[in-house]
Amino acid sequence: MPNDIQDPAEPPMGKNRVEFSANYLKREKTVSNNSTDDNCLVVKGLNLFYAKTKQALIDVNLKIPRKRVTAFIGPSGCGKSSLLRCFNRMNDLIDDCVIKGKIYLDEEDIYAKKVDVADLRRRVGMVFQKPNPFPKSVYENVAYGLRIQGINSKRVLDEVVENSLISAALWGEVKDRLHDNALGLSGGQQQRLVIARTIAVEPEVLLLDEPASALDPISTLKIEELINQLKESYTILIVTHNMQQAARVSDYTAFMHMGNMVEYDQTDTLFTNPSLKQTEDYITGRYG
Amino acid sequence: MKLKKVKKWIRDGTPWIWFNAGAVTISIVMVAGLLLILMVRGLSHFWPHDVMRAIYSPPSSGAIDQVMEIIGEFVERESVSAIELTTSGIPVSEEQELYDRELFKFGNRDLTGADFGWILNEFVTEISYPESLFVLERRQWGNFYGYLTAIKQAGEIVVETDPGETGNNQAWLELELRLNRALEIYDSISQMERGSIGEINFQVERLRLRERRLELEDSLTAEAQSTIEAEAQALDAQYAAIQGDLNSLYEDFERDSAEFLAANGQTAEIPLAEIVRAYRPNSMNVFNKLLVYGSKLVEFLSDEPREANTEGGVYPAIFGTVILVLLMSVMVTPFGVVAAVYLREYAQQGLVTRTIRIAVNNLAGVPSIVYGVFGLGFFIYIVGGEIDQLFFPEALPAPTFGTPGLLWAALTLAILTVPVVIVATEEGLARIPRSVREGSLALGATKFETTWRVVLPMASPAMMTGLILAIARAAGEVAPLMLVGVVKLAPTLPVDGNYPFIHLDQKFMHLGFHIYDVGFQSPNVEAARPLVFATALLLVLLIALLNICAAALRNRLQEKYKGLDV
Repeated sequence: MPNDIQDPAEPPMGKNRVEFSANYLKREKTVSNNSTDDNCLVVKGLNLFYAKTKQALIDVNLKIPRKRVTAFIGPSGCGKSSLLRCFNRMNDLIDDCVIKGKIYLDEEDIYAKKVDVADLRRRVGMVFQKPNPFPKSVYENVAYGLRIQGINSKRVLDEVVENSLISAALWGEVKDRLHDNALGLSGGQQQRLVIARTIAVEPEVLLLDEPASALDPISTLKIEELINQLKESYTILIVTHNMQQAARVSDYTAFMHMGNMVEYDQTDTLFTNPSLKQTEDYITGRYG
Repeated sequence: MKLKKVKKWIRDGTPWIWFNAGAVTISIVMVAGLLLILMVRGLSHFWPHDVMRAIYSPPSSGAIDQVMEIIGEFVERESVSAIELTTSGIPVSEEQELYDRELFKFGNRDLTGADFGWILNEFVTEISYPESLFVLERRQWGNFYGYLTAIKQAGEIVVETDPGETGNNQAWLELELRLNRALEIYDSISQMERGSIGEINFQVERLRLRERRLELEDSLTAEAQSTIEAEAQALDAQYAAIQGDLNSLYEDFERDSAEFLAANGQTAEIPLAEIVRAYRPNSMNVFNKLLVYGSKLVEFLSDEPREANTEGGVYPAIFGTVILVLLMSVMVTPFGVVAAVYLREYAQQGLVTRTIRIAVNNLAGVPSIVYGVFGLGFFIYIVGGEIDQLFFPEALPAPTFGTPGLLWAALTLAILTVPVVIVATEEGLARIPRSVREGSLALGATKFETTWRVVLPMASPAMMTGLILAIARAAGEVAPLMLVGVVKLAPTLPVDGNYPFIHLDQKFMHLGFHIYDVGFQSPNVEAARPLVFATALLLVLLIALLNICAAALRNRLQEKYKGLDV
């Protein structure tokens, strides 16, 4: 089915992916293996309060394996987006938000004082629910993160922009209009552009906050395919309302409810044989 | 039944729609009406109206009836009651209640003393429009109306003509030829006076200041003094040479004159050097009149004022207004934007920021004259005085920046308009969606980078809106300018060819003040009135033009950032 929708002008995904990984994601060499006990992110006793009175996360403990897709599901307001935003300290932007507990990225506490937040956010990229391209050209959107880092060499930028757009499965569609305004793209294209922009800065982790909820089914499918390809290189965390989507794209799934981490397991296990009644009720649609 | 209908009509909202439409209509009618009045009264002033010749014999209280010949241009007509006329000394019959009277421009102020007068239609006879009647626009004494009788060169008659002669006769051709020659000489004279002599004066002044500075520093050695003196002598020599050229030009300039016969048999010899323009309106067709109209309009826009601003052009005022607004924009935009960014992006939102915001909003409502007083007291006396002490001690006691001038006027207008820019920019910043900021932060940009690279460009249309509002307020402002730098007549433009090319310390002319000056401070109200309308129209158009430029820029930016709220 995917081949029906794919743009024929698009280069075959796999081949480019290999080249891209080889000359671009040097970091992969340092990653030893893909075994499940190699945890990328570890959450210990995380509590999050908004305005002191409202507790959004209650004692969350979690180990997120490297180069796997981990999905967070749960009813609205259960705290899954709040949790996701903890991983790149986006909650810092919210006044009165207090976070207690620890999150380790590669065994390093991201809430430690000496952590450079800007650098952390580069390492932990985030894609939001609504596509939010900058009102600049497609090219400049992708080059933005690099320019921030002071990379202005046209040669480097050209290469990174092309590779990122190829990785985000957007190159074929925009290669002739790189210098057009990104706001002229369709919603699905904009969302893939945002993903391209995010992977252009070589993050280790990708946080996807309901990345397909504002998109039509075909665009959603493209994004899902993309997630499948990207997990070869990135640890991906995805928040979704769509349980089929979670089942399709993720390796691990966490079910959250009222700020609690109710159940966390391999996706197959969670969906076919949940250990808790609450989880079963939710995934079978009897609740929430 | 009927009541129900009315109720339904009201519930439909029909009265509300009519009410809305009515308000819009009234606004449009008022604006259009104002522009129409300004256009009709301002622009008709430049049209070469026909000149009437008639016999006027008003009743008089004396034994002999006055009979006089009148030559002049019709200006306006009104009705006046007989009683009023009697009390003012014209014994008209009171059987007729109202009399029509007309205001005429008779010109010839040098001969008769007054160039406007009212005449009662009732007592005018033998109206005619002789084709040989001349209108002369002069550098002094206003217009002259009369018949050409002779042309003289150096006091000797060259051509003589009959006052009634019309058409392209020899005298007219000769006058035209000699007048053009005089005008050409005039141009080169003023070019010389402004260009070379102005430059020499400027150099002499700088030399004097240099000497004075050395003197103040106690380093005026004999050697330095002698170089300065040598330079001064060189300049003197240059000046003498130019002065010689100028004298001979003046001699040439004043060679010709013409003799005219005015009303009531008075004669006048007018040097051609005095004449700006000569034409015979009664013999001209519409096309010829249009040519004269065009040239008068061009003169209005591009020439300097004459006769205490009641004649000539307003170019220095246009120039002053534009340069003032541009300088103000250059100062107010960065300042307002920076303040707004701090208030919206960095300051902790709370009671203090709220208070500051209210204070800023209130600043926009402070009467502008207060800003004028502040500008005079703070900028001119304190800041300007300090600057003079520190940087221009050689010119003291004559102030350089410690006196009203372009810089202080622009600064005063900048603080007058900065609240508008702050408010508009803040609103623009508030409208930038959170998602875009987060997108940038999530890529590892710092807050500063996000503000600088994403937020500010996206808020630029709002900044332009602020600037447009600021220009609209500043360009029409007169009251504060009267205290901080505007003058009735500025001898030179604030921008010229002498270093540093833009003279921020100079006083300047301004269209708004020009309107006030011409309309209310003029010795010759009748002559000045049409210019008030024309100048007002020009000011409105100029503000509109500045606004259109800023709006076009904003629309381009908006186009660039459209689809912002995806």
